[in-house]
Amino acid sequence: MADAALDQSLDHRAATVAARRHFLTRFVIYGLLVIFAAIYLIPLLVVVLNSFRDQQEIARNGLISLPRSFRLDAWGQAWSTYCIGGTCEGMQRNFYNSLKMTIPATFISTLVGAMNGYILSKWRFRGSEALFTCMLLGVFIPGQISLMPWAFILGNLGLSNSVYGLVLIHVIQGISFTTLFCRNYYVSIPDDLIKAARIDGAGFWRIFRKIILPLSSPILIVTVIWQFTGIWNEYLFGVVFTSGQQQPITAALVALTASGTNVRAYDVMSAAVLIGALPPLLIYLFGGKYFVRGLTQGAIK
Amino acid sequence: MSTLTIRSLRKNFGAVEVLKGIDLEAQNGEFIALVGPSGCGKSTLLAMIAGLESVTSGEICIDGRLVNSVAPKDRDIAMVFQSYALYPTMTVRENITFGMESRRVPKPQQDEAVKRVAAFLQIEPLLGRKPGQLSGGQRQRVAMGRALVRDPKLFLFDEPLSNLDAKLRVDMRTEIKKLHHRVGKTTVYVTHDQVEAMTLASRIAVMHQGEVQQFDEPATIYNRPANMFVAGFMGSPAMNFLPAELSEEGGRPAVALQAADGKTASLPIVQTLASDTPRKLVLGIRPEHIYRFDPDLARRKPGIAQIDAMVELVEPTGAETMAVLRLGGKEITGRFDPDGTPLMGETVTLGIDMARACLFDPTTQRLI
Repeated sequence: MADAALDQSLDHRAATVAARRHFLTRFVIYGLLVIFAAIYLIPLLVVVLNSFRDQQEIARNGLISLPRSFRLDAWGQAWSTYCIGGTCEGMQRNFYNSLKMTIPATFISTLVGAMNGYILSKWRFRGSEALFTCMLLGVFIPGQISLMPWAFILGNLGLSNSVYGLVLIHVIQGISFTTLFCRNYYVSIPDDLIKAARIDGAGFWRIFRKIILPLSSPILIVTVIWQFTGIWNEYLFGVVFTSGQQQPITAALVALTASGTNVRAYDVMSAAVLIGALPPLLIYLFGGKYFVRGLTQGAIK
Repeated sequence: MSTLTIRSLRKNFGAVEVLKGIDLEAQNGEFIALVGPSGCGKSTLLAMIAGLESVTSGEICIDGRLVNSVAPKDRDIAMVFQSYALYPTMTVRENITFGMESRRVPKPQQDEAVKRVAAFLQIEPLLGRKPGQLSGGQRQRVAMGRALVRDPKLFLFDEPLSNLDAKLRVDMRTEIKKLHHRVGKTTVYVTHDQVEAMTLASRIAVMHQGEVQQFDEPATIYNRPANMFVAGFMGSPAMNFLPAELSEEGGRPAVALQAADGKTASLPIVQTLASDTPRKLVLGIRPEHIYRFDPDLARRKPGIAQIDAMVELVEPTGAETMAVLRLGGKEITGRFDPDGTPLMGETVTLGIDMARACLFDPTTQRLI
């Protein structure tokens, strides 16, 4: 009896110690995570706060300090009236440029990638693997290398300094990635489905539309998010191949920071940066969980 | 009326010859089973009949029409896959109508066909569900429904029962047999399970290494296997093979074997032998043709030969008991009635039904 009681109290003590240790480790882990999250978030916080501060107040108290004023003027200026290189229209034109570039480029490159993936996984032909390997090279070649060729091509097509030129570039540059994503996803769809559909009398397009596409939403969401953020945030091609009113927002942001006459308008710059960052952020907020799910799909099994 | 004729069909994958000249034919309404171990080419053969694999050389004719280069959809066939291959994003109804929709069958006709097939297979309550919500047996039914709805010339089954558990497999086997009886369509059925082949088929093609070893009725395949491969593959437990020598017993041909006591026993041969029969033979005896010897049996059945063997192991299965016996330095399996089971370590006198025994030539492995 006494032994049993002793055992019990020992058990109890051991359990308390274990619980305390568990709590401590959790505390350390979450603490570290919070610190890292804060490190990542602080720059964003500074920019967000500055976009609502008064320019004079920023000049007085420094870039990094708690706000003493609250104004929305900077947002309005950044959107529609601020002068960049002589035109005083704010960022709106460039924002629309970015949309006009990103949406079609994302859509077309995703669709082409899905088609390529479908062919390379379900309608293999002699040399299709070699072709796929060649397409994959595009994943590893940095954009800078293709600057000269693109300059040549856009010049010949008469598409330099135009949003359509950028659409073309981003579609082509994106195909490697979208093809890789879709092909690897479609490989996991059983070939028997395709065979059954062929016996059922469905052809190439009908199988794609009725069987492959309805199964593709996870990978299409991943591809769209990947392409949208990539194309929207792309700077190099935008700044090299367009100027002034044709520039996408990323290139225009740099022009804005360079165009200040004497006083640096930190409030407007902050608002402009946030306007430029908003669409990918929204896409990620809405599609983020599909993104993570889609990326890991097929990894297990 | 629908027949299938295959003449000297060959298939190469690169340098590998997968099918080496296949000849097969199915009469109208026949149920042909293609059976063989994995890698024997049976699934490739079926895929070629379906038009999913190209033909290297030879001919495939459906109803007398050469279909070598006809697309799968124009061959008027239906196929049931091992994985069922149901379209996962479609409901059962959509799965069944997909083929008709591809062929632009009018909607009322489609509805009628679905109704007919669903009633036939008793899957009406499932029509609105997705394949993911079905059990294995239900998926199997839907897969058959998709094939049935088309009313094709030829049914092709590619190991349709391998993904089911043992009990369901037996049930579905019966269903398929009933189905074939009612529908009466010419069917080609691929399986690696010799029991499925035996129970379902009107004729069986046993395949091995890209060749048809024997193409005949189940009883013939079982009782008079063309060679040692067929003999060993069909039947479970497998046929016992014993090396033996040709001898004579009372003026009649016999085979000499080593018995348990080291002496040579002579078993008289019932069949008449050709003059060029080799001296060295392989005697093939199925486990169920080995009995515990008793004089009664010998009187009832002519051709019972007597031989002593040591019982090494006894494996009761309930309905019957398998015994591993040592005979002539080799282990053989006998199938006994549980009541008359020999005991482990015992030396029993066996009665071997020589009328049912098969003799093989050890060099060519062919039946003598």
